[in-house]
Amino acid sequence: MSWFETVRSGLEAIASHRLRSGLTVLGILIGIAAVILTVGLGEGASASVNSAINSLGTNLLIVSPGSSTTGLVRGGFGSASTLTYSNAQALADKVDCPDVIGVAPQVSTEGSLVYGDANWDTTVYGSTTQWLSVRGRSMAEGSFFTNAEVDSDANVVVLGQTTAEELGLFDPVGTTINIGTVPFTVVGILNSAGSSASTNEDDMAIMPITTAQEVLTGSSSVNTIYLEAGSQSTLGAAYDEATDELLALHGIDNPANADFTITTQSSLTATASSVSHTLTVLLAGIAAISLLVGGIGVMNIMLVSVTERVREIGLRKALGATPKVILRQFLVEASTLGLAGGLFGAALGVVGSQVLPDFISDTIELSGAAIAIAIVAAVGVGIVAGAYPAYRAAQLAPIEALRTE
Amino acid sequence: MMDGSSNSKPQGPARPVPVLTSTAPYGATPSAAPGTAPLVEFRNVWKSYLTGAEPVHALRGVSIKVYPGEYISIVGPSGSGKSTFMHILGCLDTPTSGQYILAGTDVSQMDEEHLAETRNRRIGFVFQQFFLLPRLTAWRNVELPLIYAGVDRHKRKLLAMQALDHVGLTNRVNHFPNQLSGGQQQRVAVARALVTEPDLLLADEPTGNLDSRSSADVLAMFDELHQSGRTIVLITHEPDVAAAAERVMRFRDGRFVQAEDTAA
Repeated sequence: MSWFETVRSGLEAIASHRLRSGLTVLGILIGIAAVILTVGLGEGASASVNSAINSLGTNLLIVSPGSSTTGLVRGGFGSASTLTYSNAQALADKVDCPDVIGVAPQVSTEGSLVYGDANWDTTVYGSTTQWLSVRGRSMAEGSFFTNAEVDSDANVVVLGQTTAEELGLFDPVGTTINIGTVPFTVVGILNSAGSSASTNEDDMAIMPITTAQEVLTGSSSVNTIYLEAGSQSTLGAAYDEATDELLALHGIDNPANADFTITTQSSLTATASSVSHTLTVLLAGIAAISLLVGGIGVMNIMLVSVTERVREIGLRKALGATPKVILRQFLVEASTLGLAGGLFGAALGVVGSQVLPDFISDTIELSGAAIAIAIVAAVGVGIVAGAYPAYRAAQLAPIEALRTE
Repeated sequence: MMDGSSNSKPQGPARPVPVLTSTAPYGATPSAAPGTAPLVEFRNVWKSYLTGAEPVHALRGVSIKVYPGEYISIVGPSGSGKSTFMHILGCLDTPTSGQYILAGTDVSQMDEEHLAETRNRRIGFVFQQFFLLPRLTAWRNVELPLIYAGVDRHKRKLLAMQALDHVGLTNRVNHFPNQLSGGQQQRVAVARALVTEPDLLLADEPTGNLDSRSSADVLAMFDELHQSGRTIVLITHEPDVAAAAERVMRFRDGRFVQAEDTAA
């Protein structure tokens, strides 16, 4: 019996039980779509985290406050406010830290921006003039605030594009807006940086750090100090210099007791990708279980099919079908169900990857390889699930099968 | 009781003599027409099943020769072993001991793979329940054995149409089984049995599910096939159906008890 005849016969058998075959295919379909979407979601999350980290700049060191100790209670990282604006100024010292070419301390707080009737809550940052180059941003309109404005605690602010739009500022430079109750003059608008999954870099306001500390936070501590090294090759040296400088400033002898943490962009990337990898594996594992359930569904249906078609099998054997032919016929049926589930599941996955991001804020990255593997896996599930029922059919003694009821 | 009795029907010299033996050893039977080899030859065939502690003997040393062109009916009560005999004769099962020579080939020890090929090439089955596949049209049912024989599509369709024409169903080729009467379904089954030009037509209670008119139709068809030289073995429990055959053989307790000519 040729393969053509085997496939035709299998398709006819499937077509003769449309509802049952459809439901079986649905089981595989859901499993495959789930696998494709969860892997795509994981890939998308990992890609967006990586791009967010990369957008920080590749030669960046990020100094964060370490853990605070109050009595015997140690807080988590960032719980202390051990970093100050003067620490940042010290790190800018060309003698102690020759490899640090840019320093941008940053404070952040939530602020309510008011312009006329418009009211917009966003993140308000305070930093120095080097923030622009350290964070790799540029100006769309007007100019960034100046060193003089930093020194004089001037009430000036630079807005992100989204923020300006939300406030209804069409000719923003020179306009006065209120943050809380304090009036600020808008001196410039940042160029768009694009948005990552977690934060919108275009929705922000930034002002001199001195002003922010005085008017908004009322504290001398800073949340983060960004350090820029000249190149990837001097990143290590800059890291060591900054560590030594801060240990000395904070009067700490043992580096193990450091009350700050310096992370590099690459260490962030590694952490983030290992987290998203774990997440992807977890999600794909759950999806694989649904595929397994789909496979059990195929086996179940094939067993029912064999039982139900005992007489057909017996007749075919009486007419000259060898066990091999019967085995093949049932395997073709099972793998066709698997293939159909795989193809429809992949289609659903592709559609889902286009539609879902509109409802959830995450991006889904599909790879052709993942889809191909998923389809092959679906056929594999069909064959594995069909193997036992097909074997049973092939071994059926023709006289048993033809025995009248 | 002399089981090895045999009767031969008076016939022309060219006709092979039907020979029946039971427990008698091979060779003790009257010789057939010289130069004609039997199509079917059972040599002291036993079939036993181990259902409990005691083996059950379904066949107890059956010997029989069927020559090409014969039309034989086998009758016997249920439980007599005639179904088991039919299964072995149709290569659907193998004997526990003894030999079964079909068309010069010993098939008694064949594996399922070769048995399937033998069934496909040499035997056409007609069953009581017709056993047509409900999702295939008449001609698609008829072409089934040709698929397993590896015949190409165009030739299959041609042969299937010819076979259906032969059984008088030219205008029903595209009907599904449930659109056909019982008699028509059985005729489709006969067409399917004939389409491979088998050596032996094996009919198991072919009229069991038919009304008397359709039964007569089918038997008339068998008669015609016999006239055209087909070898037919018909298994039934209805004496008047058995009487349609050239020779009637009775089966009881796992062996033939007597053979009689319907003409006698």
